[in-house]
Amino acid sequence: MNAETKPKLALYWAASCGGCEIAVLAIDERILEVAGAFDVVFWPCVMDGKVADIEAMEDGSIAVCLFNGGIRTSEQEYMARLLRAKAKVLVAFGACAQDGSIPGLANLLDRDTIFRQNYVESPSVDNPESTLPTATTTVAEGELHLPAFYDTLRTLAQTVDVDYFLPGCPPEADRIWDALSAILAGDLPPAGSVIGARTTVCEECPRTRHEKKVKEFKRTWQVIPDAETCLLEQGLVCCGIATRAGCGARCPSVNSPCIGCYGANDGVQDFGARMMTALASIIDSNDPREVQRIIATGIPDPVGTFYRFSLANSFLRRSRRPVAAGAAAGAATRGED
Amino acid sequence: MTDLEFQPKIIGFLCNWCSYRAADLAGSTRTRYAPNVRYVRVMCSGRVDPAFVMKALSLGADGVLVAGCHPGECHYLEQNYKTMRRMTMLQHTLRQLGVEEGRVRLVWASAAEGHRLAKAIDEMVDRIRSLGPLRWPAGWQERPEVLAAIERVASEHASAAQEVAT
Ligand code: FES
Repeated sequence: MNAETKPKLALYWAASCGGCEIAVLAIDERILEVAGAFDVVFWPCVMDGKVADIEAMEDGSIAVCLFNGGIRTSEQEYMARLLRAKAKVLVAFGACAQDGSIPGLANLLDRDTIFRQNYVESPSVDNPESTLPTATTTVAEGELHLPAFYDTLRTLAQTVDVDYFLPGCPPEADRIWDALSAILAGDLPPAGSVIGARTTVCEECPRTRHEKKVKEFKRTWQVIPDAETCLLEQGLVCCGIATRAGCGARCPSVNSPCIGCYGANDGVQDFGARMMTALASIIDSNDPREVQRIIATGIPDPVGTFYRFSLANSFLRRSRRPVAAGAAAGAATRGED
Repeated sequence: MTDLEFQPKIIGFLCNWCSYRAADLAGSTRTRYAPNVRYVRVMCSGRVDPAFVMKALSLGADGVLVAGCHPGECHYLEQNYKTMRRMTMLQHTLRQLGVEEGRVRLVWASAAEGHRLAKAIDEMVDRIRSLGPLRWPAGWQERPEVLAAIERVASEHASAAQEVAT
């Protein structure tokens, strides 16, 4: 097949770590089959390409776009809109695009706090004038623009319509290959669905399960768990119960609890809520004081534990932001008389 | 004075066997109490998933009340103990997200305790009124200059593309 007749493929990254890009290459020599089957028109991480070339293309002329990363700046949002228009099938690739993932945990803060921390307060930063990035700077030659930085990181689907989700941090090579083959064969699930398993990590986990009752939650550094029993039964917060299968239970297989990188399984609307429900059920106490203590000491960072990969895609999306401008103006002025 | 105009919107999940009847009783005995709670009847307080509470807040509720049978009196044996543990877990998480104490409450009220429920609701409404509106979805909005920036990027690209084409 020559480049004209091959379906076009684009890959892009936004607020992500770059691991998803590596994951695509982790399909090993099958990458040659991808190159054989698709005409790769845009992939800034590995080849030169110009946004203007994409803008010049007809809408819908890219067969598939694999988009990783959440949306944190105006530039990323622009690229998401552009690639949405040009791609027939837009895939939210990986945990960041799907659920916000680790960058989404910054939704516990806001832009000003993040900037202050990163550009002023961080011990390794030398910035005596406390200069902060601004979206607009005026110089002698005119105005210069940087992408504007959002207070709240959004998922790809909160920004544009997404056709499919490929979960994982990063997606496993075999699952990527499955998805690409399915796209090539035109053998796809209904739009809007996750390309992946319909069960939880527990189903793939080799450990044995009994009735769960715990008096204490432990952190991984406090114990060396036994290799056979369910980690949750041993008091470790393992997220396998809420997490979609697909990884082959990699972490529990090596004595490390699941942290939920594959995101919520089908039917789980809010990952953290499912974890809270499950963990609350197994606490072996009916005494409110003792329950308080078990939770407060065993789970010192509930958001980081229950929403490590999904804060931006949870019902609440972020921590409370006192809305100073615009929206809450009414509240601020009320009661002043 | 004008503060009194703020009427908190509270969603109440009430157990069919006790608290919902307590609310009925409060009504039929003409107990006066704050009218701010919109009730949702559930078969047991154990039916209330933390997701219900967070969804309510995310849709604009100022607070959420969960009410069930007294410990030991749940019609499904132990479920209200689970509710207690779940709500403790949820409140622990909500604290980290900046939701003030008192916006999400668990109350036990039997079918005979219309007064108790009414009093708990009055207290809750007072507390939330003093905290002010929650306005959760407003916290997702970006600042106007950010919204302007994305439109600027789009129009810059569009005009650049036009220049190339001509
Ligand atoms: S039946 Fe009322 S709390 Fe379970």
